[in-house]
Amino acid sequence: MRPFEEVKILDFTWLGVGPLAVNYLSFYGATAIKVESAKRPDPLRHLTPYVKGIPGLERSYYWAHAHPAKRLDITLNLNNPKAIEIAKRLVAWADVVAESFIPGTMEKWGLGYEDLKKLKPDIIMLRTCMHGQTGPSAKHPGLGLVLTALSGYVAITGWPDRPPSGLYGAFTDFIAPLFNAICLIAALEYRRRTGKGQCLDVSQHEAVMHCIEPLLLDSVVNRREPTRNGNRIEYAAPHGIYRCQGDDRWCAIAVFTDEEWKSFCRVIGNPAWTDDAKFHTLLGRKQNEDELDRLVEEWTSQHTPEEVMDLMQAAGVGAGLTANAKDISEDPQLKHYQCYQELDHPETGKMSFYLPPGFTLSKASYERVRPPILGEYNEYVYTKLLGIPDEEFVQLMQEGVFD
Amino acid sequence: MGHTIENMLSPYRILDLTNEQGYMCGKLLGGLGADVIKIEKPGGDRGRNMGPFFHDTPDPKKSLYWFAFNTDKRGITLDIETTDGQEILKRLVRNADIVIESFPPGYMDKLGLGYSVLSRINRRIIMTSITGFGQTGPHKDYKAPDIVVWALSGNAYIFGDPDRAPLRPSFPNFSYIVAGVLQATIGTLIALYHREIIGEGQHVDASAQLSLIWPFNAEPPGLWREDGTIVKRQGRDYLRPQVGRDGKTFWVGAPMLWQCKDGDIAFTIMAGLGQGESTKALTQWVDSEGMAGETLKKIDWISFQWETVSQDVLDEVIKDFGKFFMTRTQAELLEGAQKRGIMLYPVLMPKDILKLRQLEFRRYWEEVNHPELGTSITYPGPFFKTSLALDRRYRRAPLIGEHNEEIYIKELGLSKQELLILKQNGVV
Repeated sequence: MRPFEEVKILDFTWLGVGPLAVNYLSFYGATAIKVESAKRPDPLRHLTPYVKGIPGLERSYYWAHAHPAKRLDITLNLNNPKAIEIAKRLVAWADVVAESFIPGTMEKWGLGYEDLKKLKPDIIMLRTCMHGQTGPSAKHPGLGLVLTALSGYVAITGWPDRPPSGLYGAFTDFIAPLFNAICLIAALEYRRRTGKGQCLDVSQHEAVMHCIEPLLLDSVVNRREPTRNGNRIEYAAPHGIYRCQGDDRWCAIAVFTDEEWKSFCRVIGNPAWTDDAKFHTLLGRKQNEDELDRLVEEWTSQHTPEEVMDLMQAAGVGAGLTANAKDISEDPQLKHYQCYQELDHPETGKMSFYLPPGFTLSKASYERVRPPILGEYNEYVYTKLLGIPDEEFVQLMQEGVFD
Repeated sequence: MGHTIENMLSPYRILDLTNEQGYMCGKLLGGLGADVIKIEKPGGDRGRNMGPFFHDTPDPKKSLYWFAFNTDKRGITLDIETTDGQEILKRLVRNADIVIESFPPGYMDKLGLGYSVLSRINRRIIMTSITGFGQTGPHKDYKAPDIVVWALSGNAYIFGDPDRAPLRPSFPNFSYIVAGVLQATIGTLIALYHREIIGEGQHVDASAQLSLIWPFNAEPPGLWREDGTIVKRQGRDYLRPQVGRDGKTFWVGAPMLWQCKDGDIAFTIMAGLGQGESTKALTQWVDSEGMAGETLKKIDWISFQWETVSQDVLDEVIKDFGKFFMTRTQAELLEGAQKRGIMLYPVLMPKDILKLRQLEFRRYWEEVNHPELGTSITYPGPFFKTSLALDRRYRRAPLIGEHNEEIYIKELGLSKQELLILKQNGVV
C-alpha cells in the first residue's frame, strides 16, 4: 500500500505553491479533490505557452508542469450557499483541507479553521500564502515572481559590477511548496500518533528565508550585507562557468583541493602557464583570478562542454556542462531517474513532460498521473462519493452550484 | 537531555552524518521536535570553516553558516572510518529512527554502514542519502560541487544577463539547500509515515540535480518540445514566449526588476482575470500622477492578451512605469503597493528584511542564546505557525562534542575511562 493511500485531501489551492505541495501526497497515494470553478478556473491554466500555441484550459505548459500527480478535479461555485453546504460535506470527508487564498477568503465562505473544526475536530488545515494569515501585509497580494526579491534571493544573484540579474521565473514557487509539504506530512504523522489536527499557517516568505539564514545572521551580528560574486566562490579557484566551443555553450568547473588542481592541470595538458608559481597556491590563484579565468577559458573554448565535463570528471574534478533544455532532455542521469515521463492526455496527446519527486523511496513508488481536466470528476465526487441523487445533482447543476 | 515537551516529531531520534551540503535536513527535523544528534569528525566538521563568522573571527566555534543550519541538534564527535567508530554508530542505530548522510554514493557501504547493514541491525531504521546526482546511474560518481549541480540542472543556463556567462546565486551549496535537502526531508517524512504501515524503514535517495529540475520550470522544456526553441537567460527581463499559429516562437516581454529612486524593485506585468488587477492598480497610480501616456491609459489589463500584444505597445508601458518608479523610493513604492494591491516588492537585503513590520508583527525573529559567546543572536524563527501549543523553542547549534558525555556515558554506558581511550585515539 502506498504511504498516503488512506489520506484524503480537499484541495482549494491554486497557481503554483499549493498544488506543488499537495503533489507530494498525491504522488504517494493520497486522494486529493481539487476544487476549481468553471467561472474562475485556476489561473495557472491561462499561463502561456500553450501546447501547439492553441489556447485552452487544458493546454498550458505551466499547468502540465505543476500537475503531474492525481487530482479528482471538481467545479464548485463557492459564492452559491448550496455550494458551501457541499463543501462542508467534503470537509467532513477529508483529513486535510489545503488552501492558498488571500487571508479571510475561507472565512468569508464559512470555511475558516474554526468552521472546519466543527465539521471535523481533527482536521488538518494547511494555509499557505505569501505573508501568512496575520499582519499588516497579510492581504497584500503576491507572486513567486516577486517573492524572490522580498526574500533576498535576487540580491545575491548577479555580477559584482552591476545591479542584480535576478532568477528565472518564480523560483521561490518551487521552494515554498517543499516547506509546506514538510509541515503537512509532519502534521499527518502527529495526528496519527495523537489524534490531534491543527491549523498550519505557512508564510512563504518566512519559510524560504531559512535557505539564506547565514546571511541574516551576518547582517545581525556583523552588520554586513551579502555581495554578488558572479560564479566565483571565496575559497576556491578556478571556480566558474567557462565558455566552450559552440554557440552559447558553457561548462562549470570547480577546483577545491591541491589534488584537484593537479588533476585539472594534467587534463588541460600541463601548459606552461600552470608552472607559474603564482598559480601553484590557492591564494595565488585567488589573487590572479581574472588572469586565471582567462587562461582556463582559452582552453575550454577549444572544446565542447561535453568534452570538458567528461575529461574533468574522469580525472576527479567537478565539472558540469551548462545544460539547456535540449541537454536536459538528453541527460543520461536524469533519464536514469525517469525525469520526464510520457503520459497521454485527451487533449494535448502524449507528452514526455511530467516530473517526479526529487527523491525515491526503496519501498514505496510514486505515481504520476496526467493533469486533471476541469470538472472531470464532478459526477463521481458528487453522485458517488457524496451520494447526491441524480435528480438533485441535475437540479443543483442547473442552479449553477457547480459552475 | 532531549526534548521533554511535545512537538510533532518528539519521539524520534535522528543520527545526522551530513556535511555542509546536507545540514538543513536535520535542522528542519530538529525544529519539528526530533532528537537530532549531529555526528562530526573529531575536531569538528569541515562545514565549521564556512563563513561568515561571528565578528569575523574564522574559528570553527564561530561559523554563522554552522550556527544557521545546525540549530536544534545535539552534537557528538565520532570517526566512522575507525572500527570502534563503526561499532558505536551501529549501537546508536539500534535506538535511532533515522540516519541522514550526504557522503558520495558507496561511501557508507564501503564502511560497512550502508542501508543493507543498518536495516539488519534495526529494521525500522530509515536512511536518507543526499547527493548531487543520486545513488545510482551513469553520473552517480560525478563530483558534485554546488556550481556543477546548478549547471547540470539547466538553471544556470537560464539565469543571468544575456551579455555574460550563465549564472548561479552567490550562496554556497544553494542547489542542495533549496532543492535537494528540502526534498530529502520530505522523503524522510514520507518514509516515517509509511513505516507505521509496513513496519519497517527504507532508504530515501535524494538527488539535488533531480530536485532542481522543478524550478527549471515549464517554458524551457515546453518550448523545446514545441519547436526546438531554446530558452536563454534574460537578465532582469521577463520575456514571454508565444507560440504563434505558424508554430514559430516569438518573444514579448517587460522587466521583472526595475530601478527606482534608491534601489531595485520587482514588479511583473500580469494580466487577465485575477492577475491583471495588480497592473491595473499600478496604472491608476501612475495616471493619478499624470505620468500615464495614451497607450498605457487605453489598456484593459483584465482582457489584455499576451498572445496578441506587440512589443511596441509594451515598450510604451515600460517607459511610463520606468519613469514613475524613478520618482519613488523602495519604501514609498512598497507602501503604495500594499495600499493599492499591487504585486510589487522591493529587492531587499538582509538589513531591510530585519526591519519589516510584517515579520515583527508575526514575531518571526527569535533570540537564541549563545552562552559560549556571551550574547544572544537574532535568528529567523520557525518556518510555519500552528494552532497547537507545541514546543517551538530554538536551541543553538551544538559545540564540538558538546554531548559526548551525555550520549556515550549516560546513554551508551561507556565508562569515563573508555571515552578517554577513544578520545585520545581520535575515535571521538
